[in-house]
Amino acid sequence: MKQILDILRSKTSLYWSLTKSMQTGLLLSTGIAGFLTARSSVIQWATLLELLISLFLAIAGSTIINMWYDRDIDAIMKRTCNRPLATGKVSPDEALRLGLLLSISGTIMALFMNPLYGLVVSIGIFLDVVVYTIWLKRRSAWSIIWGGISGGMPILAGRVLGMGHIDLVGYLLAISILFWIPTHIMTFNILYYNDYLSANIPTFPSIYGFSRTRAVIAISSILPAISIGAASWMIGIQWGFLRIFGVMSVGLILLAVSSIRKPSDLVNFGLFKYASIFMLASMVLISFNLK
Amino acid sequence: MKISKYNRILLLLTTVFASYLVAVGVDNLNAIPIITYTIGFGTLLVTSLMLNLLGYDALESSIVIIISTIIPLSLSLGLVWQYFTGLRQIYFVFSLLGLFAIALSRLSSLVKLTPILISLVHGISGLTIFILPIIITINHRMPPIFYFVGLGGGFIGVGSLLLTQLKSNYPYVNRQVILNIFPILLFLATLSFVIGFTAY
Repeated sequence: MKQILDILRSKTSLYWSLTKSMQTGLLLSTGIAGFLTARSSVIQWATLLELLISLFLAIAGSTIINMWYDRDIDAIMKRTCNRPLATGKVSPDEALRLGLLLSISGTIMALFMNPLYGLVVSIGIFLDVVVYTIWLKRRSAWSIIWGGISGGMPILAGRVLGMGHIDLVGYLLAISILFWIPTHIMTFNILYYNDYLSANIPTFPSIYGFSRTRAVIAISSILPAISIGAASWMIGIQWGFLRIFGVMSVGLILLAVSSIRKPSDLVNFGLFKYASIFMLASMVLISFNLK
Repeated sequence: MKISKYNRILLLLTTVFASYLVAVGVDNLNAIPIITYTIGFGTLLVTSLMLNLLGYDALESSIVIIISTIIPLSLSLGLVWQYFTGLRQIYFVFSLLGLFAIALSRLSSLVKLTPILISLVHGISGLTIFILPIIITINHRMPPIFYFVGLGGGFIGVGSLLLTQLKSNYPYVNRQVILNIFPILLFLATLSFVIGFTAY
């Protein structure tokens, strides 16, 4: 019995690391935020729980499939060479089966909950796995746009589930994530430049140079602030929260300008971290804007 | 020099308290004080957040002196606007000119003028935040707890002076001491403002 428990514990730990829990958690939080922006007079806890489960399954599943597909380049890159698939702790077939099981069950659950919500979730998985990872990631540095669009799907899905239809606020929220994701990916492209080069992955810094990439990061840090600010205003967020948005946006712009004027790894990484905190704070603010 | 864990927690609390002040603390005031206090507390929020993310290297930037001027100027302008209506225009002009002059001297070739301008602008704005709450509470226009705003102003004043020392060629205080004390002062100032602003 103890042996079975030990095996279960070790498998769970390995599978958990396959889901990139931080990234999955952040995307899940955007989905919850999207749902809560619908401002139902009473929070529908059962629906919220279903959203949590279905989105977690879909996001974690597609992440595992991505990791399965990228196992060869993960093994080459220093940053990722310790992942379970790259080290052989989990076999490729096992990972693929798990990824397919999770993503398909998440999609089916989403379709049963609300067909439109299910459709948005399915499109998100398709864009992430097929278009971004399998088709474009190894061919073009511009693949990150598709990575961004698929990253915007959870918040749009949450909004769709809450509203019952797709609206402008949903698009704005999705666009804010779309523009945030390139800052995330490009910062890693700069920090682990040699890793990507040795794995033969085309990135913005390797094709357009560091200074242009920093400029793109700076611009894509500001655009989410504008987009989520507009969405928050349309949602009818309280003035106090809008003031925090304003203040944090000014900080973001200052850091972005500073990263272009005096580029350095420190400012660049600082901008990335600030943009991430900005997004997380935005999610919290639009989620808990209870009147 | 790395920020200690203890100071990181203080900076995080400063961010949280400053966010509270921006979002809730100034809600019941008129438009101009809301704007000036939002600028002041917002600068505290962003400063503490950036210090936590970038470390003490954030203090190396040439705009630090300008930022450290914005906090006392905006807070003192808010107080004057609320309680000394006769001085509104003159203090508003003083604030704008003071900030502009320090920014100009810092970012141009007039760097030698910066210490004089800082002493003048910080001196007046710092004393305003420190003394005005005393006068206001003595005149029973606000409850005694409002004096914490003056205390916060005092902490901000000391912090600004230390930052100026950091940028000085002949500092009186050791750099390491300044860097260790600075997060504590930011935290104490913000905490005092939170307590003081409960008077509204």
